[in-house]
Amino acid sequence: MTEKINEVISRNVWKDNQVLRQILGICSSLAVTNLMINSLVMGVGLTFVTAFSSLTISLLRNAIPHRIRMIVQTLIIAAYVILVDIYLKANMVDISKALGPYVGLIITNCIIMGRAEAYAQKNPPLISMLDGFFAGIGYTVVLLIIALFRELLGFGTVFGFDVNFFEFETWTIMVMPPAAFFLIGTLIWVTSNIFDSGKDKNLK
Amino acid sequence: MTIDINPLVIFFASILTSNMILSNFLGMCSYVSISGEYKTASSLGKSVTLVMVFTTALNYWVYKLVIVPLGLAYLQYVLFIMIIAASVQIIEMAMDRLLPDLHVKLGIFLPLITVNCAILGTSLFMVIRDYNFVQSLLFGLGSGLGWWLAISALAAIREKMGKTKVPRGLEGPGIAFIITGIMALAFIGFSGIFTIT
Repeated sequence: MTEKINEVISRNVWKDNQVLRQILGICSSLAVTNLMINSLVMGVGLTFVTAFSSLTISLLRNAIPHRIRMIVQTLIIAAYVILVDIYLKANMVDISKALGPYVGLIITNCIIMGRAEAYAQKNPPLISMLDGFFAGIGYTVVLLIIALFRELLGFGTVFGFDVNFFEFETWTIMVMPPAAFFLIGTLIWVTSNIFDSGKDKNLK
Repeated sequence: MTIDINPLVIFFASILTSNMILSNFLGMCSYVSISGEYKTASSLGKSVTLVMVFTTALNYWVYKLVIVPLGLAYLQYVLFIMIIAASVQIIEMAMDRLLPDLHVKLGIFLPLITVNCAILGTSLFMVIRDYNFVQSLLFGLGSGLGWWLAISALAAIREKMGKTKVPRGLEGPGIAFIITGIMALAFIGFSGIFTIT
């Protein structure tokens, strides 16, 4: 094995978090974060697609001709996205409607392509699958943090349960698009402060 | 459903009130990473608009003539993404032949556009909202122009801010998101003029 499992976990979930550190997969992460349940479903869907497409691409890594690898990877990803989409349409009709085109847009989510290109292409299947899985987990965690703020302040609920004990006025702005931009900007600020201040100390 | 909306309303609404970036969050990856310089950003915006009109028109006919009659709804994503990839290739080759100057300017961005969520998103929105051909065409054009407007505005603001001191850690993508948030806030001012959902 080229990399220990715990290294894969800490790299993907925390140190090189795909959303906050690499600024990938932003499209969908902002659009679905107005409710926590939508974010959770989206995160699970993306984790599934990333894990299995990394596994498949890694298994086929010596068989795919180098020049056409992008389109082959896209087709593999699209196949898994179709599975997720059909599952959601059959079992979670309301959430599938709420997510709308964003489930299909998992195909063009840069995280999956990024993991395929940067990792699955060069590493054995099992560790690639874990890498994809934990990249998805890292994405889900960020989504849930943003959604927690937006749902709590925007609707006064968490996962649909009313937690508005102090009867505060809910902030309509949190439900609207600008709040998502402000929140992700702030989160990027917080994380890069944590990491980059550490780097400066090492330099000194 | 939405079949009787005036196509011109769709056109203006997709630029101003339902802007691809500022209210649908589509195409964010290239939006954040390629907005450092106004000229580059504007060229990327032009190429996105071109590809978007072309693929929306093509995907409309693929949807109406292939997917619906054959009951291939589950293959919709695969077909759309292949059409997009193929038409980007064709546009690139045609441009190389016919408009070499333009190709030098826009050429490097064209392959990137295949994985731009805004392109696939426009096609998917078109299907979900059940637009007819004229509506789809103007929707594609409007979405492209809206994307161009947003990325040019962000790039221009970032260029102006070049020498400003930004808190450490917020530099780069962080501040880009905050600026975008303020832009989105400003664009809410347009809401109510046109509405499409």
